[in-house]
Amino acid sequence: MRSAFRTVLAALLAAFVAGGYARAEDAGQSCDVPAYLLTSESSLPKVAEAVKKAQPLTILVVGSRSSTIASADASAYPARLQAALKERLPSTPITLSVELQSAKTAEEAASTLVKLVEAKRPTLVIWQTGTVDAMRSVDPDDFRGAVDEGVVALQTAGTDVILVNLQYSPRTETMTSAPPYLDNMRVVAQQHEVPLFDRFAIMRHWNDAGDFDLFSTAHGSDLAKRVHDCLGRALSKFVIDTAHLDAAQQN
Amino acid sequence: MTSIADPIAGTPGDTKPALAGHDAVKVASSAPAIVFPAIGERELRLDLFRGLALWLIFIDHLPPNILTWFTIRNYGFSDATEIFIFISGYTAAFVYGRAMLQAGFVVATARILRRVWQIYVAHVFLFTIFLAEISYVATSFENPLYSEEMGIMDFLKQPDVTIVQALLLRFRPVNMDVLPLYIVLMLFLPIILWLMKWRADVTLALSALLYAVTWHFDLYLTAYPNGVWFFNPLAWQLLFVFGAWCAMGGAARMSRLLSSPLTMWICLAYLFASFCVTMTWYVPQLGRLMPRIIEQWMYPIDKTDLDVLRFAHFLALAAITVRFLPRDWPGLKSPWLRPLILCGQHSLEIFCLGVFLAFAGHFVLAEVSGGAAMHLLVSVSGILIMWGMAWVISWYKHSADKGASKTKSIPGNADLAGGGA
Repeated sequence: MRSAFRTVLAALLAAFVAGGYARAEDAGQSCDVPAYLLTSESSLPKVAEAVKKAQPLTILVVGSRSSTIASADASAYPARLQAALKERLPSTPITLSVELQSAKTAEEAASTLVKLVEAKRPTLVIWQTGTVDAMRSVDPDDFRGAVDEGVVALQTAGTDVILVNLQYSPRTETMTSAPPYLDNMRVVAQQHEVPLFDRFAIMRHWNDAGDFDLFSTAHGSDLAKRVHDCLGRALSKFVIDTAHLDAAQQN
Repeated sequence: MTSIADPIAGTPGDTKPALAGHDAVKVASSAPAIVFPAIGERELRLDLFRGLALWLIFIDHLPPNILTWFTIRNYGFSDATEIFIFISGYTAAFVYGRAMLQAGFVVATARILRRVWQIYVAHVFLFTIFLAEISYVATSFENPLYSEEMGIMDFLKQPDVTIVQALLLRFRPVNMDVLPLYIVLMLFLPIILWLMKWRADVTLALSALLYAVTWHFDLYLTAYPNGVWFFNPLAWQLLFVFGAWCAMGGAARMSRLLSSPLTMWICLAYLFASFCVTMTWYVPQLGRLMPRIIEQWMYPIDKTDLDVLRFAHFLALAAITVRFLPRDWPGLKSPWLRPLILCGQHSLEIFCLGVFLAFAGHFVLAEVSGGAAMHLLVSVSGILIMWGMAWVISWYKHSADKGASKTKSIPGNADLAGGGA
């Protein structure tokens, strides 16, 4: 048994050293997102149409507090998304507004969606949800019902919808159980053919790839700003790909 | 079923093949329905797979790393929890069922309640450790990226309510759901065993009925501050009772069914289908190959209420295991499997240690460093610690406590067949 132990220890040490070398090589700061995380079978017909006809593109972001950075709104992902879209679609006027619903569950947010849409008449609603529900451990079935209801309401109101799921938050992983909420959002997205921006998987990919250390205890908002910048850019790519805007622009 | 295609110990009455349900009842009533192996004869496969379940649960509780790819939840619907609860039901029925036959209902109940108390104390101990960790994190961690997620710590502002709710098993942090489930299941074990002694098959049928009723009427236990018990005992009891039923001779009566090639092919086909479905979760490109209609029928696969798909997956897995891993497989004695078996033999202690190590692992990753290599190191050292601890515990049992000769001779001691969590 002792020799077995030694073998295991040696193997472990080797793995540890090898891992260290591998990490040292890809130390450069980047935040690439693998293509499969930005691919969706669903589409954004309203957005595509607006861009094609050179009409203004109005985007409404509905989300909880993880859709902003305290005291640095302009660096949060919605603002970064707008900037990135403007860069990619110079001929389309883009307005973007954010409706923060902090500490609201999907059910509470869903009931306000219709009014918001009537007031702002957006082409596209980006609905970020799930975090509050996961923290309050709302019954996952009820959560799915609420997201379902919200998506249907938005679709009947005539807007395109993108769902944005939870942040990957390794520090609170022992306290909140994200998987049921992630799964249910995926189910609703599939059922209604709505694209889902998988923020959770993307952030986890960055963490695993070493782009960001999301375990970091860093005070100050530098990390938050960098992550949101990357999220905004990834989301802009997602919007453009899902609406097939590259093709639309060329026409 | 992880253990049991063949009779654990033959009794004359039970060797009759019985296939159909009513035949089984006949056998049950005409011959001793409850079959126990000779004292001291351990079912090493139970220990092996429970040890494996404990390791897998530990790994699944850590942030994902390379080892996570070795856990069975990535390759099918069910995961280590199913194995753990089934084997717990099996061993608990095995140990306390014997006590009930030999010493009567009252004594067996008393012993079960003592075990329940031990598990409860273990749970409260883990909660204390959790509280210590959380309090520390809450005061030291202030990352604006996660200001929303940190709201989860708000419960610390009302310790008066939170701690009382934790003692009532209604407030359970993530990863601390299994022991409360186990406490509730064990609490009902006396009744389950008493019914089993009367009619094992009827008991199993009642259990299935409760499961169906739970699904139909959406029954659940509420939790604090809101939500429901993550593992709904009303649904998960099915697996526990099924384990008990197998221990009480059900497995032996199923041996014909289990050895039929048809069963094997059905199981293999189901396992393969489930494997394909799981692959679409990890390789999203494959998702397109899956028919929409199946997706809509199948999802979500509910862990809280032990989805039928999960239960069936466990059954298939167990049937295949039992078929290809005979109880006298020489490998069970190999030193390579010794660490797993040792851990499985002291399951309550090792389970608690695993939960603690998962907390500690998160803590190390957060406070020291979080790279992939560190993740692997934390996982592997956790497993080595579990093994070491299991070794120490068995050393205590066999050497340090030898003077207290009584401990060994009490039949129905929870650890004899690992009646523990």
